[in-house]
Amino acid sequence: MEWLDAIIQGILLGGLYALFATGLSLIFGVMRLVNIAHGDLIVLAAFLGLAMVNGTGVHPLLSLIVTVPVMAAIGYALQRGILNLTLGRDILPPLLVTFGLSIIIQNVLLEVFSADTQRLKAGALETASIAIGDQIAIGWFPLIVFLAALGVIAGLQLMLFRTRLGMAFRATSDDHRTAGLMGIDNRHVFALAMALALGVVALAGTFMAIRTNFSPAIGPARLLYAFEAVIIGGLGSLWGTLAGGVILGVAQAIGAKFHPGGQILAGHVAFLIVLVLRPNGLFPRTRDR
Amino acid sequence: MTTESRTAKGAGRTRRDVLKAGAAGVAGTAALSAGFPSIARAADTVRIGYVSPKTGPLAAFAEADEFNVSSVLDAVGGKVQSGGKSLDVEIIVKDSQSNPNRAAEVASELILSDEVHLLCAANTPETTNPVADQAEINEVPCVTTLCPWQPYFFGRGGDPATGFQWTYHYFWGLEDVIAVFLNLWGKLETNKVVGGLFPNDGDGNAWGHPELGFPKPLAGAGYTLIDPGRYQNLSDDFSAQISEFKDAGAEIVTGVVLPPDFTTFWTQAAQQGFRPKAATVGKALLFPVSVEALGDAGHNLSSEIWWSPSHPFTSSITGQSCGELAAAFTAATGKQWSQPVGYGHSLLEVALDVVSRAEDIGDTEAMLASIVATDIATVAGPVSWGAGPVKNVAKMPLVGGQWRRTPEGPFAYDLTITSNETAPNIPTNAGMEAIA
Repeated sequence: MEWLDAIIQGILLGGLYALFATGLSLIFGVMRLVNIAHGDLIVLAAFLGLAMVNGTGVHPLLSLIVTVPVMAAIGYALQRGILNLTLGRDILPPLLVTFGLSIIIQNVLLEVFSADTQRLKAGALETASIAIGDQIAIGWFPLIVFLAALGVIAGLQLMLFRTRLGMAFRATSDDHRTAGLMGIDNRHVFALAMALALGVVALAGTFMAIRTNFSPAIGPARLLYAFEAVIIGGLGSLWGTLAGGVILGVAQAIGAKFHPGGQILAGHVAFLIVLVLRPNGLFPRTRDR
Repeated sequence: MTTESRTAKGAGRTRRDVLKAGAAGVAGTAALSAGFPSIARAADTVRIGYVSPKTGPLAAFAEADEFNVSSVLDAVGGKVQSGGKSLDVEIIVKDSQSNPNRAAEVASELILSDEVHLLCAANTPETTNPVADQAEINEVPCVTTLCPWQPYFFGRGGDPATGFQWTYHYFWGLEDVIAVFLNLWGKLETNKVVGGLFPNDGDGNAWGHPELGFPKPLAGAGYTLIDPGRYQNLSDDFSAQISEFKDAGAEIVTGVVLPPDFTTFWTQAAQQGFRPKAATVGKALLFPVSVEALGDAGHNLSSEIWWSPSHPFTSSITGQSCGELAAAFTAATGKQWSQPVGYGHSLLEVALDVVSRAEDIGDTEAMLASIVATDIATVAGPVSWGAGPVKNVAKMPLVGGQWRRTPEGPFAYDLTITSNETAPNIPTNAGMEAIA
């Protein structure tokens, strides 16, 4: 029973990791951009939610109505204004620019919101749980996060394979030069992909902020798990990213059962094993030529 | 991204002053030290270097720095009397970016290019230790605080028999925390089973150390410590620990936990139906904001208290009581008081006191002699070296208490002293209560 409990908690945690990773996976899939500032954008979204909640007193989950479009708009502007200029044959400029962005976001947040640790308060939802037997309890909030991750990924998957926009994304991903010849405006498509990615980041940031404390400097720690989930799942595959998040979460929970010190290590080891056995991840969709 | 600020009230030199100083200096000293920047500096300015983590994960500790430096300089009018002269005070604050390597770098900058007369540092071993090490190597007098003395002394490889020559520190130690926690728990009816959360970092390893940490004294006092083992900081899941505590029937939780980790743990514990009678942890409950982050679940959590508005001490500089200092901090910043406010102020008290008693601020030996002879009542309590556990450490009083909700405001929570057996001169505010 205890092991079952560990696995259930791990799966639920995996939902949060998958949400962290989805935006990263999407933009890598479409434009091969590795966004080092991803973790800091998650924290930025959390602070936007905080400003909303403090300013208007709404429930943190309701604040998503504003933060998701705002982050998406920021994403569009960011891609159009800065990141598009860095994309090219060389992979180094986008890495450097997003690295700089990461430092800028951290310091702007520190200046505006101070170093205080913050949290979005969701009231009774934080601690409510469903008891299954006397050994296992499933928290409502982790469950909501997991279902949201499922929903987001299913939605994105539908979008990618059922809509014209999705077709444009896939076409650009496969060969952006030919896609350009067919009349697709790459700059616009890239910016839309970044907007979508940051919309998901807004969701991830808000969930993270309800789950535990955050402060301006905490972003890079979140980036690592997001990267690992993307790599485990396979580059460009969204369901793979969910699988990656869940594998990471379950590995951590099982590792912690053996020894608490093994918790984070177990996640990293699972990542390494996948990397050794399947260097392209479990379900790779994009291959670099 | 270096943050450097120079604050020197009353030290604003006009063009005329500089010309005068220059004219006087040209004849005598120009030939001796031509090209060194110090030649342009007025000889009657005392420079105090202060290293603190203004940015990065430890930045919350340094939030009171700006307030403390400016209010202390205001109070003394930017001047201090020393050796029969009135000296301008220049306090050069440098940011460690919460990084020990950076702390060492700015400390050596302060020593070598700013040529400070006294080096100060505060806020966690990550700041105090590298700064003190630089001071020791460069033979510059140094005073530090706000880091338990064992990590400061043994963390720097100190030998209790000889100690350090140039670096002095004041704070409390692990033995005080253990005594305070045992006193807090002694006031409750429990089964004496304690769950321990010790991370794999400097603090966690020291607190959980089988010989020097919690296990021995707890066993001696009849407590059973359930220690699942060292976990990594910023873990997202504590269900393994929670189920082990539940199985053992723990009624008390203790440890030294980062604020985000404690929030994760405490929220999960509530989800899993684990509700101990007492949760007494270091670090996580230091700042009111991190208790507020827990919502209603922060009520009656307990922790060690090294400074509070009801401590019976007064500032040697401003004459403010602890309560007045806390109120001034809130008035200036709009923030609730936190424990580093008092210690940050006291460090400047000690620094200015050392300068004022020094026979010659330019002579490092004289400055060192002045540090060793310190005996001053600060807003954090009396500071004097000599009676400490080792030569370079002065111990400060420590008590314990609980965070209580304050529905009538102005802030969501206030820290209430509930145990003062370790320092009876600090009054308690209320009795100890179990977590409902």
